[in-house]
Amino acid sequence: MTSTANEIIERRACISGIGQSDVGRRLGRDPMELTLDACLGAIEHAGLTVADIDGLSTYPGPMTSPPGFSAAGAYDVMDALRLNVGWYNGGLETSGQLGSVINACLAVASGLANHVLCFRSVFEGSAQGVKGRASSMPGGGGGSFRASGFMEWTLPFSAPSAAIWIAMFAQRHFHEYGTTREQMAWIAINARRNAQVNPKGIYRDPMSMDDYLNARMITTPFCLYDCDVPCDGATAVIVSRIDRARDLRNRPLRVEAVGSAIHGRPSWDQFDDLSTMANRDAGAQLWTRTDLRPSDVQMLQAYDGFSWLTMSWMEALGLCEVGGSGPFIEGGERIARDGILPLNTHGGQLSGGRLHGYGFLHEAAVQMWGEGGERQIPRDVEVGAVAAGGGNTCGCLLLVKE
Amino acid sequence: MTAVPAAMRFDLPAPDATTQPFWDACREGTLLIKRCTDCGHAFYYPRPFCPRCWSERTEWEAANGTGTLYTYSVIEQNDLPPFDARVPYVAAMVQLAEGPRLMTNLVGVDFDAIRVDMAVTVEFRPISDEVTIPVFRPIGTSDAAGTVA
Repeated sequence: MTSTANEIIERRACISGIGQSDVGRRLGRDPMELTLDACLGAIEHAGLTVADIDGLSTYPGPMTSPPGFSAAGAYDVMDALRLNVGWYNGGLETSGQLGSVINACLAVASGLANHVLCFRSVFEGSAQGVKGRASSMPGGGGGSFRASGFMEWTLPFSAPSAAIWIAMFAQRHFHEYGTTREQMAWIAINARRNAQVNPKGIYRDPMSMDDYLNARMITTPFCLYDCDVPCDGATAVIVSRIDRARDLRNRPLRVEAVGSAIHGRPSWDQFDDLSTMANRDAGAQLWTRTDLRPSDVQMLQAYDGFSWLTMSWMEALGLCEVGGSGPFIEGGERIARDGILPLNTHGGQLSGGRLHGYGFLHEAAVQMWGEGGERQIPRDVEVGAVAAGGGNTCGCLLLVKE
Repeated sequence: MTAVPAAMRFDLPAPDATTQPFWDACREGTLLIKRCTDCGHAFYYPRPFCPRCWSERTEWEAANGTGTLYTYSVIEQNDLPPFDARVPYVAAMVQLAEGPRLMTNLVGVDFDAIRVDMAVTVEFRPISDEVTIPVFRPIGTSDAAGTVA
């Protein structure tokens, strides 16, 4: 049931516009240029001008390591666009990449801003170059390094990356529920099918089950095709106060509910149940803030930095039973564009490019506004779910067409 | 494995005053956990306060060294030194008999024989002149394969 004692304040917020730069493995362009392409694109798409933007939010803020993980911080874009803002926010410690969007929803709902420009910009493709993803480790692949903090308990055990940690979560899930690689493969195959009809998709060659099963293993149970592809690209969305958005260019996509909770220890290895993650709590929270039910969701855009994460989000959001994501996706029919729960219709990060969370929100809006072209979901989508993040950093949104 | 210059390796911990006893004990062949003397909670990783009741009365305790394999991953590819020279190897999380869970390595096992929840026991492997780490092997196996260093 909806908690009626307090207003569900995020319902005062909506998505009013979206923008995205070119997306590619290595574009050879200045990352700030890409960032501004996305931001200016989103402002124009909403039918606003730069002068209308009075708030700014981004994830994760400026970071020089890992290389390419963040092309611009809040101050960079506020300065570049000469914004006058009533509120701004940038940072890593929030409910995943969408935490920055959730924060923006709260800012417009509380009256600190009317139109918040939210962005995420990466150039990991160019920054990692030919060195591979190992170069994205602390220290960047050179110089002296000593593991402290949480890493003191991972690096000495040759477990340096989220790939390995999340692979271990997936393995626990496999053990508890009988999940198989043949089931998980459908996340990757579905993503590839959708990327093939996304003009910005990075990997667009057909992928078969045999291709998947014959791919080289990275960290079991993940093979190459379970891991997303680093890229260059920026994505932006405008979060508006809904009473300021009704006369704009696009039909507002109202935020029906958000999920931002984490109830276990905020740790990659000390969380109580590692067959799931913080998304368990964020997903459950979302359904306490709406009278809609999981059966009302007509589309899911859910993070696939590693394929199993999408399965975990499906369970966390109640779109299938806990432990039931494997059977649900098996065969791919249910999650196809013409299935009962179209999933990652742009190709996700696995085949569409690691735009890191924001790509899923962008795609949800594309579909709900009918701008998907060849990849458009054939039925009208009135209710869509968006989810991003993994481990201890997870956030989700439920959007409805106003 | 070949020697890796210290400046080019990413596996060495930076112990502080709180964690140094843990690493010192590993060199002596003892796995230390922390226990709260107020509420009795055993916890990992070592901290000067209890994560359950926040008491600062905590003490080191030698774990008995047995546990179960909570989960694992066989790492086939890792380009970063010194992990690149170790592939394939098994990263694991082990649930200790005392309760805490820790990230570690599983050794002495054919990859195909690994089973989640299998019983494991600790042993110690030096990864440098100054650092020794606790790793685990299935109970009842002998030292044959799967070294980490």
